Amino acid sequence: MIYLFQLMNGIGLGMLYFLLAVGLSVIFGLLHFVNFAHGAFYLLGAYLCYALLQYGVGFWGALVLAAIIVAAIAAVVETGLLKRIYRLDHMYHIVATIGLALMIQEIVIIVWGPVGSSVPAPKALTGAIMLGHFIYPEYRLFVIGFTAVLAAILWWVLEGTRLGAVVRAGSESTDMVSLLGYDINRINTAVFALGAGLAGLAGALAAPIRGVDPFMGVEALAVAFVVVVIGGMGSYTGALIAGLLVGIVQSLMTTLWPAGASLAIYIAMVLVVLVMPRGLLGRA
Amino acid sequence: MTATPLRLDEVHSYYGKSHILQGVTLTVGPGEVVTLLGRNGAGKTTTLKTVSGLVRAAAGRVRFLDADITGARAHAIARSGLALVPEDRGIFGLLTVEENLKIAVRKGSLWTMDDVYRHFPRLKERRRNGGAQLSGGEQQMLSIARALLNGPKLLMLDEPVEGLAPVVVDEIVAQIRDIRSSGIPILLVEQNLAVCTELADRHYILDLGRVVYEGSREEFIADAAVKDRYLGVGA
Repeated sequence: MIYLFQLMNGIGLGMLYFLLAVGLSVIFGLLHFVNFAHGAFYLLGAYLCYALLQYGVGFWGALVLAAIIVAAIAAVVETGLLKRIYRLDHMYHIVATIGLALMIQEIVIIVWGPVGSSVPAPKALTGAIMLGHFIYPEYRLFVIGFTAVLAAILWWVLEGTRLGAVVRAGSESTDMVSLLGYDINRINTAVFALGAGLAGLAGALAAPIRGVDPFMGVEALAVAFVVVVIGGMGSYTGALIAGLLVGIVQSLMTTLWPAGASLAIYIAMVLVVLVMPRGLLGRA
Repeated sequence: MTATPLRLDEVHSYYGKSHILQGVTLTVGPGEVVTLLGRNGAGKTTTLKTVSGLVRAAAGRVRFLDADITGARAHAIARSGLALVPEDRGIFGLLTVEENLKIAVRKGSLWTMDDVYRHFPRLKERRRNGGAQLSGGEQQMLSIARALLNGPKLLMLDEPVEGLAPVVVDEIVAQIRDIRSSGIPILLVEQNLAVCTELADRHYILDLGRVVYEGSREEFIADAAVKDRYLGVGA
């Protein structure tokens, strides 16, 4: 029974990891841009949710607003700064986005202080269900359901709409997309903002589970990279499978060998990279 | 008086520091098929890329239907009705044939999906296949079909029959002839002289980034010396 319980925990965690990593992966696929500020958007989403709740905004409003505000900030940063450095070497991407991540983290510390806080789950979901002898919070069930619906919508947008086809096309040749009359700069901004907004939403969803603290972004960035590397750069399905895999491995290991839980996900990453250097579903 | 589809005046452009186009002047008239000939590296592809906005003109003017498009961005030029079928065909391998076509559909084009499928039945058969699974000839047809859906008022084709089997070449030439008869002017870059003389009303020869010869179909066919001198294919 404890394994079922940890499996459920793992799925919940994994869906959050998916939400966190899918943006990073799609941004890499389209822009060939390594975004070290992705974890900072997750951090910002969590703190915005926390702050909005403090101002008396309801949980659902806070969730949606946090994601939208993060997406808007990301759009401004993309057009004002990142757009100018896409053509440069990866080294510059890393320096610029790490700088950006540190700035966001410091701003969070200045505004909300260095000590973390807990965030209450919404009233409707404070209950729990019993899984055998184990208590499973309703909020976690909600997170699984909500992210599953979101994952389905995202899949439809990417695979079933013209916009999604243009985004996939852009990951192959931006020149050809321009030659068909699409403004690639606007598509880049939209995709970057969407990816960041999803990271922000993951942060807001995670806040009632793990609380908020200024260093959660760094931790999230590491996990997001592990998920993207395992799943394959630029792959939506890869991010979904790898997110669930990492979440489940981490949860089960917490039962088997708590000290090794974090280590296990990196070992999983090393194994995948050794066997399949492009990740499970990556392309060249 | 009708507008001139395309007019280049003394256009210069660079790839990095290399000065590729060194003052190209040419026109494409209404309904005309014009070819751009020349050796490898003469600047043919760069001319098309400069017109379509992928390469920036450093000097000179590009006018499309009498509007100055020099320095405009590629997507804006494409939207105004100037379509380029690039040398590498630009097929999206991750998209199906149908998706490749769908993202090009634009209101106001004379061509609809149905027209394109009627004209290129092979694409209809393969519409669920991925772009990467097509043969060279099918990729070329897809690239041309996509350009037509984009609503072109001028079509630029960069070596459309390069590397294709003779029977496929004939098929594509017939399709280009159909497009010409629909009245869309065409600027064609091609190494295959037989294809050029068959399709074109007029020819330009580029050498070292400049236009060194201009002639009608008849003048060009009669002039063995110019072919020998600039194209190395003496008759």
